[in-house]
Amino acid sequence: MRRYVPKDDVQKKSYYTDRYWVAPQVPKEKVSSDKVFAEDLKAIKAKFKVLDAYIQVEQMVVYIQPEDNVGVLALMKNVLDYTQLSELSAVDFLSQRGEFDIFYQMLSMSKRKRIRVKCAIKEGEAIESVEKLFRSADWSEREMYDMFGIKVNNHPFFKRILMPDDWEGHPLLKTYPLHGDEFAAWYEVDKIFGKEARDIIGPEIRDDAAVDRYDTKRFARLGHEVPYGAEIPEGEPAVATEYQEDDGVFLIERFEKNSSTVITDRDR
Amino acid sequence: MAQHQVNYIQDGGLPVALTTIDKVVNWGRSNSLWALTYGLACCGIEMMASGASRYDFDRFGTIFRASPRQADVLIIAGTLTKKHAEFIKRLYDQMTEPRWVISMGSCANTGGMFNTYATVQGADRIVPVDLYLPGCAPRPETLQYGVMLLQKKIRSEKAIKAQKPKRLL
Repeated sequence: MRRYVPKDDVQKKSYYTDRYWVAPQVPKEKVSSDKVFAEDLKAIKAKFKVLDAYIQVEQMVVYIQPEDNVGVLALMKNVLDYTQLSELSAVDFLSQRGEFDIFYQMLSMSKRKRIRVKCAIKEGEAIESVEKLFRSADWSEREMYDMFGIKVNNHPFFKRILMPDDWEGHPLLKTYPLHGDEFAAWYEVDKIFGKEARDIIGPEIRDDAAVDRYDTKRFARLGHEVPYGAEIPEGEPAVATEYQEDDGVFLIERFEKNSSTVITDRDR
Repeated sequence: MAQHQVNYIQDGGLPVALTTIDKVVNWGRSNSLWALTYGLACCGIEMMASGASRYDFDRFGTIFRASPRQADVLIIAGTLTKKHAEFIKRLYDQMTEPRWVISMGSCANTGGMFNTYATVQGADRIVPVDLYLPGCAPRPETLQYGVMLLQKKIRSEKAIKAQKPKRLL
């Protein structure tokens, strides 16, 4: 028998747990196989603690401690000439390891090399901002907070970037349901009309597969138009589309289908 | 010599057409449907094409206006996100009566392929919609057809009535 799982609070647990799926691994190489990366790693190791380092798809991945992130990035920018922070975000590993991976994707134009600096932080912990070093981190760190709820210390303008300011929850977490929690489902109704309007407007229709050609409230019938909510008997005959009323329109010439021209040459 | 001669014998010798107030007012309303410039996503591109020279919305009297105060019809062209829902409600409230709403494309009709937490599942959850246009995105012909159907709807309404404000609630 399948193990009983309480479905009351879906946000408390990860909704996607496939027991048999194994993530494919890209082969890792030793850092010593690349001369430039080996020297860079040596320079980082001289000052900071490096937990792990390897080369994957011609890029070096360096795991550091989260409190060293500003120091490592400053060293890489000023000494090792990795002058661009091309990307910064987080990965949700809460269900596997109980922590987030934060990655900083660095690019050196002079060496033509990329290094990914990674560090892991627990849920609820904050990380220091690198916005003073790289201006591109400004919006990336705001997005990281918006999507994962990871707080960033000493950020100049720390607020959500994509979702509304009064939004609850962080949508890129694995525990966030794709169709939204209760707050998300009623967000616009609650905000515009108030909570008491929920009964009048009704819940969202989320069934992708629902198609009913006799439902005239939610489905359009091109060429067979009927008023909103009209009852249609099954198997009704097709009606020709009429743009004007039978007795004509005041001051407007009657549109005659027979005398109109259908353009077949698109390049006319 | 005048090119167009007036037939003075017609209609009892008077250049007069008899009709009702309803028909005159509705004729004016339906043939000057000024739309709000309101492209939200890729449907906005089709809406722009409808206004441009090839499809030429001007011949229907449909001119895009940048202010809701000057607009009669709100064409919701594109994906309506939950963050944007309050703005569309405010713009709709700023339009003067009588006003109409065309929901253009799958996203505005039902949320479309964006069956996610961030998308409003149908613009009719926010504003009352008169016309739903199917398609992803609907071609300019569909939008023109929709405007013609809206004109037909306006012609069937009573022009002077107690203006009951159209509200969802």
